[in-house]
Parts: sequence; C-alpha cells; structure tokens
Amino acid sequence: MAKAGDKSGGSGKKALKRKAATEEPQEAAVAEDGATESGVQPPKAAAFPPGFSISEIKNKQRRHLMFTRWKQQQRKEKLAAKKKLKKEREALGDKAPPKPVPKTIDNQRVYDETIVDPNDEEVAYDEATDEFASYFNRQTSPKILITTSDRPHGRTVRLCEQLSTVIPNSHVYYRRGLALKKIIPQCISRDFTDLIVINEDRKTPNGLILSHLPNGPTAHFKMSSVRLRKEIKRRGKDPTEHIPEIILNNFTTRLGHSIGRMFASLFPHNPQFIGRQVATFHNQRDYIFFRFHRYIFKSEKKVGIQELGPRFTLKLRSLQKGTFDSKYGEYEWVHKPREMDTSRRKFHL
Amino acid sequence: MAAAGARWNHVWIGTETGILKGVNLQRKQAANFTATGQPRREEAVSALCWGAGGETQILVGCADRTVRHFSIEEGRFQGQRHCPGGEGTFRGLAQVDGTLITCVDSGILRVWHDNDKEASSDPLLELRVGPGVCRMRQDPAHPHVVATGGKENALKVWDLQGSEEPVFRAKNVRNDWLDLRVPIWDQDIQFLPESQKLVTCTGYHQVRVYDPASPQRRPVLEATYGEYPLTAMTLTPGGNSVIVGNTHGQLAEIDLRQGRLLGCLKGLAGSVRGLQCHPSKPLLASCGLDRVLRVHRIRNPRGLEHKVYLKSQLNCLLLSGRDNWEDEPQEPQEPKKVPPEDTETDELWASLEAAAKRRLPDLEQTQGVLQTKRRKKKRPGSTSP
Repeated sequence: MAKAGDKSGGSGKKALKRKAATEEPQEAAVAEDGATESGVQPPKAAAFPPGFSISEIKNKQRRHLMFTRWKQQQRKEKLAAKKKLKKEREALGDKAPPKPVPKTIDNQRVYDETIVDPNDEEVAYDEATDEFASYFNRQTSPKILITTSDRPHGRTVRLCEQLSTVIPNSHVYYRRGLALKKIIPQCISRDFTDLIVINEDRKTPNGLILSHLPNGPTAHFKMSSVRLRKEIKRRGKDPTEHIPEIILNNFTTRLGHSIGRMFASLFPHNPQFIGRQVATFHNQRDYIFFRFHRYIFKSEKKVGIQELGPRFTLKLRSLQKGTFDSKYGEYEWVHKPREMDTSRRKFHL
Repeated sequence: MAAAGARWNHVWIGTETGILKGVNLQRKQAANFTATGQPRREEAVSALCWGAGGETQILVGCADRTVRHFSIEEGRFQGQRHCPGGEGTFRGLAQVDGTLITCVDSGILRVWHDNDKEASSDPLLELRVGPGVCRMRQDPAHPHVVATGGKENALKVWDLQGSEEPVFRAKNVRNDWLDLRVPIWDQDIQFLPESQKLVTCTGYHQVRVYDPASPQRRPVLEATYGEYPLTAMTLTPGGNSVIVGNTHGQLAEIDLRQGRLLGCLKGLAGSVRGLQCHPSKPLLASCGLDRVLRVHRIRNPRGLEHKVYLKSQLNCLLLSGRDNWEDEPQEPQEPKKVPPEDTETDELWASLEAAAKRRLPDLEQTQGVLQTKRRKKKRPGSTSP
C-alpha cells in the first residue's frame, strides 16, 4: 500500500518500525492515519480534527512510533536550519551579525542589590572595621585549630591531616568529646585566630564550621564531594611547607565578601612564590569549590598545574555573628530553603 | 535637598557604623546622616527615640555613651550630651517633660536634664535596676512610668515620680516539670494600651503577659514560639496581638487573648533587631543583621510591601506614625513659586486655571498639582528654601 510504503520510508530503517508498519494495515482508523500524517507534515487544510496531538493515540506502540518519527523530523529540521544559518554566515563573511550568546543560568542571574560596588564608601568602611580588620591590617597572623566532631573515622582524620598541610600554622587536635563552647575560651587564651571543626556523619565528613576567634563570625557549611589526596588522579607530590597564594573567585555580594574575607584570614599574608602553590576558593552558584594546586609557568602565557591536596565543595548554611553559639547566637544570615531557593537564577553569595 | 527630603522620611534607622538613615518609601530613597560626616563604629546607634514636640526630633543613643539630637526639619545633628555612669551600651532611651531617661547595660537608670549645653552632668535621678538589662521601655500613656528587664533580671516597673522602689516586680514562674528553676531573660517589653498590662518576650522563646493590677505577680499568660531567642517585639494596631522576631529572622504574630500563633511573616534572613508597627495602618517595619529594611503588610493580605537594602547592619528603627504617607505637600514652597511666573507658563496653564476656578475649595489642591509640575521645570533656577 502506498501509505504503508510511505510510512516505512519515512520512519527509517529500525526494526520496530517494520513491525509497526506491518501492524498498520490491520488498523482500520484511516482518519487517524490521515490526522497523524497531518501532524507530521505542515498543517493540511482542516479535513481532520484540529488540535489533535500524538499523545491522544491510545495504542502505546503506535504512539511511540509516531513520536519517534516526529522527533526525527524535528531533528532533521533543526540540522537543516543550522546548516542554512552556517552557510549564510559564511556567505556574509565579515558582515555577519555577531553570534548570539547562549543563555546560561549564570548569565541569567537576577540582579542582586547587595552586590558590592568597589567605590562604595559605606561598605568599604564597614569592611575596614569589621572583625577581620586586625588580620587585614597585619596586626595578627593566623593560627588555626582544626578538629572534628566526636569520635571521627578514618576519612575525616585523614582530611584533617591533609588540611593542616595545606593551611600553614594549623594544628590538629583530637576532640575528646569536649564542648565547643569550652574549647573556644581556651583557644582564645592560647592566641588561636580561627577554629575549624569538620563534622562527620556515617564515616564521611559532611560539614564544616569555621569560627573566627576573638569574637568573630562563625560560618557553618555543608561539605560534599570530598576527595582525599590518594583519590585525586594525576596529582603531584605532597605539598611543601611554603605559604600558598590564595585565589577567591566570584564573591560579589556583601555576604560573599564576608565569607571571602573569612577564607582569606585563614592564610598568612605573605605568600611564598617560590613554593608555587595556590589554594583556590571558587564560588559558583552558591557552591564554593576548594582546590589546591601547584603551578609552573612554561612560558609567558602557558601554565601547567598539578592538583595536590584535598578537594571539597562547600555550601553556606548560616553565618552567625559572634563565636559558636548555635542556640543563643544572633545570625547574620540563615539559609532558608523554602524562602530563598524559589528561583533558579537567584544566588546569595 | 537633604534637609527638604528629611522631613518626609517614613522610617529612621540606626546602624552599627554610626549612620542614621532616613528612608522614604514613596520615593524609594534612603539618606545617610552622620554627626561628623564620616561613619564611626564608636558611634554605633544602640537606641532611638522621638524627641520632644511630636516627630520633629530624634534622640540617638550611641555606643560611646552620648545621646545626640537630630532635627528632622533641618536634617542634621544639632547637639549631643554625654551620659556617663555604669557600663555597657544604652538599652533604653526616653524623654519626658524636657528630661532624658537613659538606662545602660549594667543597670544604671538615670534621668538627665535635657538642655543642649553639656554643662550640667549630674543626673536628676538615679536608680539601680539590676545588672544585665536588655530593655527599658517607657509607657506611652504615662510617661513617668518605665519598665526594665534583662538577663536574670526580672521585669520591674518603676514610677520615676514615686519612690525608689519598683511599683511592680514580677515573680518567676514555678519550677518546671523537672523541678528546675526556669531561667529569666527578658529581651523586650511593651506596655499594652488601655490597661496596666505588660508583654515581654524572652530569650527562651516565651511571650509573657503580666498584669500589675491583679494580685498575681507571675505572668498571666505565657506563649512560646520557635526554638530561638526572641529579640524584638511590637504591638499591632488593635492591641490584641504582638509580633515577635527571633535570631533566625522569623517573624510571628501571636494573639494575646488566647496565646496562640496567628501567622508568620517571611523574608528576613538575619536576626531581627528592630520591629515597629504603624499605629493605625497595618504596616510593620523590621530591620536586622541582614542589612535590609523590610516593610510588611500584616493583614489582608499578609505579605511584603517594601524592601530596602541599606549597606550596614541595622540596629534599631523608628517608624513615623503619621497618617499621610502618600502626600508630599509643597505648601512652604508655593508662596515663593507664585511670584516668579513666566508669561509662557501663564498662558499654558490659563486654560486649566479657568477650569479649576469653578470649584473653589479644590483650587489649592489643583494649584499644588500644577505647582509640582512647574517645580520640575523650575528647579535649575528656583530659589532654594
């Protein structure tokens, strides 16, 4: 039959289609065939009920067939359109209009009024006199205490050890079931400037509490995608004792600035460029990616990097003013999923 | 410019950096006012209250123990007064009859003579309220009556014209089901209108109503909300409910007749530091550590009206209680504008004036409207007030 032949030709060479094609002559719905044909080809005149869509076919196999055929048609049209556009661009040469920039979630980000303007004096004053002022004025140098939640397992312990090689002037202590509120005054009296607590759940580290010590803010992060050194492919040799450089990417809003400053105050001021080591905190879509690399300049513009050190991803849960006090402390920012995560294009850091 | 604008600000906010911000919600503008021209963290505003004479003056209590006078008419700080004694920041500021009442963290409550000269530095009256004060509030109906409360410092009501002993001293509730003493931490106090009752909100997420008129010194009603300390509270117009805010930025309206939760308000991300409701309109202004001023509508429908990002952490606020929020009358400028008229504009508006003259009572309003239109043209060459 001409129709069957047409359909098998149009559907391509798949075996399924052959089976469906053989079933077709048994179907009596001529009107249906006609209607689906009208769906496949540009709309015919209204001989068939308009508003008919492929999803109204009750037979699953036939519906699937019609859909695959429609999909192939769409793909063909799309390819043809692309080729045409490419040809037109080549024909125009230099006079071709610039390529349209594809929309991504990052460049569709909703305008955030808290994005810091570098010329803003009020924000500059606020930052110059906040709790990190003593670090940024070079009056104090960082001394970090790294610990975990109680009774940590192997991964967490190893992560702490590796973190202490990455962060200079840091000490790891075993948390013998001590309360943080009791540890903090002791740290302050021993001149520690920051406290890092790695929280563990079911033998994997999943949280990070970073508390700036004299009376500074406490940030609570969710930690995910933790890779220890041996799990990193093509990594370099262990990091040396040189002080690394820091890269803080994309902390644009006021909250982002506070968190960025918190990370910056973990590392001493004077990076030793001889060591060629760099720690990167890259913020993208409210996730902060931590990486530790060693770089080497092969020429003026070409750099080779080797990933050393642990890698993990952080997401900010809350920023509390004052040292760790989750029950009675005042929060500067709390992440509320049902209120803040309503738009896919709105980010807070 | 700033001076003219200062009059029409709806909300005044004190920040941690010492800046007093005036926000006009109709024009969506915020203006900064500082005493010295530069923000200073030592002048962090810890208490705000209206000065004498309606809402024309603001008293700003700063962290360096000075109270500065800010004139809204002139849009600048006029004088200051150093209030020594005790330790800690101001926890309450009030003014009555030309005297200034201050209360500091360590519990020293002093009444000062409010003159602009800093000469007399002796307080007229001094009371020791007890250490750890979190709030001192003045009764709007009886300006000589103040209430104080704090951490391990029970609610006390003082009559400044009476004796040195408190008029009402609240008693702690009974021991809880484990027979442990329930700790006290009164964070904010409000006087209920048309009765002697007081409402407090505590750091242990309780809202309590006390009635000095009843023989019971314990709270008459207790309600709890949430799991975090309640930091600020305000009464709603109508007087039957309060709105409380906690350290997580959750705002809730609690009915005082039954002690139950009426509803919540969303939007805040940080600890609530200041809350105030408008006396007649269903509007609530809230500010907090997330550096944003929000104005919510509390009923029909409940939701956010305005949101203004102010770049410093906000400590306390004052909401103007006036009714005409929308009007921005130009009366003081009108008589000056009428003489310097151009003939061109005269011809232009002559046709409209003919129509306006028909309804005499409305003439001034239409003239006002015309004047505002003219004002936009006139600005470059206009005489400044």
